[in-house]
Amino acid sequence: MSEIKIVLPDIKDYHILEVYRSHGGYENAKKAFSMSSDDVIDIVKKSGLRGRGGAAFATGLKWSFMPKTTDKPKYLCINGDESEPGSFKDRQIFEFNPHQMIEGILITCYAIGVKTAYIYIRGEYYKWIKLVQKALQDAYDAGLVGEKMKETYGTDFACEIYVHSGAGAYICGEESSLMNSIEGKRGYPRVKPPFPAQNGLWGCPTTINNVETLTNVPAIIKNGWEWFAGIGAPKHPGTILFGVSGHVNKPGVYELPSGTLLTDIIYKYAGGVPGDKKIKAVIPGGSSMPPLRGDKLEGVTMDADGLRAAGSSIGTGGIIVMDEDTDLVAVLLRITKFYHHESCGQCTPCREGTGWMEKILKRMNKGEASKADIDLLYRVATNIEGNTICALGEAAAWPVRFTLERFRDEFEKAMKDEVEMPVKNQVHSMRHTKIPIAPIHH
Amino acid sequence: MDFKFTEENIGKVSRIIQRYPEKKAAVMPVLYVAQEQNGGWISNEVVKSVSQVLEITEEEVMGVVTFYTMYHQKPVGKYHIQFCTNVSCMLRGAYPIWDSIREKLGIDNGGVTGDGKYSLEEVECMGSCGTAPMMAINEDFFENLTKDEALRIIESLK
Ligand SMILES: Cc1cc2nc3c(=O)[nH]c(=O)nc-3n(C[C@H](O)[C@H](O)[C@H](O)COP(=O)(O)O)c2cc1C
Ligand code: SF4
Ligand code: FES
Repeated sequence: MSEIKIVLPDIKDYHILEVYRSHGGYENAKKAFSMSSDDVIDIVKKSGLRGRGGAAFATGLKWSFMPKTTDKPKYLCINGDESEPGSFKDRQIFEFNPHQMIEGILITCYAIGVKTAYIYIRGEYYKWIKLVQKALQDAYDAGLVGEKMKETYGTDFACEIYVHSGAGAYICGEESSLMNSIEGKRGYPRVKPPFPAQNGLWGCPTTINNVETLTNVPAIIKNGWEWFAGIGAPKHPGTILFGVSGHVNKPGVYELPSGTLLTDIIYKYAGGVPGDKKIKAVIPGGSSMPPLRGDKLEGVTMDADGLRAAGSSIGTGGIIVMDEDTDLVAVLLRITKFYHHESCGQCTPCREGTGWMEKILKRMNKGEASKADIDLLYRVATNIEGNTICALGEAAAWPVRFTLERFRDEFEKAMKDEVEMPVKNQVHSMRHTKIPIAPIHH
Repeated sequence: MDFKFTEENIGKVSRIIQRYPEKKAAVMPVLYVAQEQNGGWISNEVVKSVSQVLEITEEEVMGVVTFYTMYHQKPVGKYHIQFCTNVSCMLRGAYPIWDSIREKLGIDNGGVTGDGKYSLEEVECMGSCGTAPMMAINEDFFENLTKDEALRIIESLK
């Protein structure tokens, strides 16, 4: 079972068009074009494919939100912004299997009636942007994409695919921010509703999917939904690209069936922890996901349900392992600094809250904080949640809240009982008084 | 200093515009073309020229330039070093390497050496967490770094 590879098959030079085609590449698009678009959506629905971009949303269902009758153009965005710390899997697809991604885009465009698709790739992926552009050009030259595809596949369907590179803003991975970025604007997330399927790029119906999500599609068309639905965890089927980083002997991307044991990924595939040290904490899905305690990893499976039961979430599948000697205060500070830096600043709780959390953590990291600061930090985090336009608010709050809940002992050890507050923090220190105080505004 | 798109880049720009239903949408890729031609940064003249080519206001162009960190608002060195200190790199020893690079070059985050050869930027996760720690020099990634290796690479640049 663990030998099944869908997204990153072990085939030499698979990124080269001729090699990809010699293994039946682009035949799946042809097969899809011979079906009705509704049938294609139906197959993907029944396959149980769920998004690999973070929220694990049902892909076929998302496609079915696209209006069938509209006089507006429709768009597809392929999300390759991949900027969540600990995530480095879409990059593997760009390098080793770009044609399967392109074929997946073609099939998706056909299914939802789209004639223009944009692949959004983070700007720092200089090399990988070029690799995707090269693959795309080869596909165009071979008449597999664009106007010429009508003749090649013998259909009356054609679509164009373009690459749009980002320019160093994590927030552009959020789907509405991504659309603003493609439109040539500052990458501010939009208030939802309206949802992209009604009102997306240039106000037109739009679907946004992750790179890995769409790379699965040709294989589903080829082998049928029953095949895909039978792999891994029944409610979250298929394989997942797990990127393992941090304190492991063999960091890297491992394609494994969903539902694989987290401990198997760490010990069997990623080679265990250097020096056979114990694990203090594991972040299972990119830095915004709640960390798990090292002594609570037994039996945790890597799929949406398994991680929910364990008190976390699958996210991007980026697994960050921290050994027993890790300073969690320093780690949480670094993570929080990131979200503060990347907050777009539109919502006060996110903009101010992330900054405030960073300040408190800095103080903690310097050994200048008191135990009361732990509660203050916790309160700031929980006040961000649910009060913002986009999910970056939660992404910033979750690591703080859950690290404090699960590793409070670590923080208490590092804090003093009482400290002299530097003047600028006097306002915060008012919480020590018994007098009810007005909420603090910044 | 004046900025004018070269003949070749004018061709590039018009091909970029074709990809979008509105000219304005071309601003990000066009800024990249302009930044490259201008030696790695966006000057006021560049902003003006881009706004003219795309028929949008200079404020709109500036809004984009200031939102995205990869558009540089001041000159960078011949070798622009981006060093990741985010969590996966940090767990594998990024900070001591970062300190030794700063010490070696005698500049801090955001600095440029006096001779204009090197500039330094502490960056967020670059998607190399599985091969951490890492840095990028211009467009090349250097991964699985040790302190010695990082310093050796920087020294070897001509
Ligand atoms: C702050 C933030 C950053 C995100 N970054 C990414 C990203 O880099 N790549 C991605 O595919 N999805 C990212 N997402 C999720 C997208 O908004 C969207 O849900 C996803 O691209 C949908 O694709 P899927 O249904 O195929 O998973 C991000 C979400 C948030 C809130
Ligand atoms: S939650 Fe943060 S990142 Fe998202 S829109 Fe609000 S301020 Fe911007
Ligand atoms: S944390 Fe440094 S590359 Fe991801």
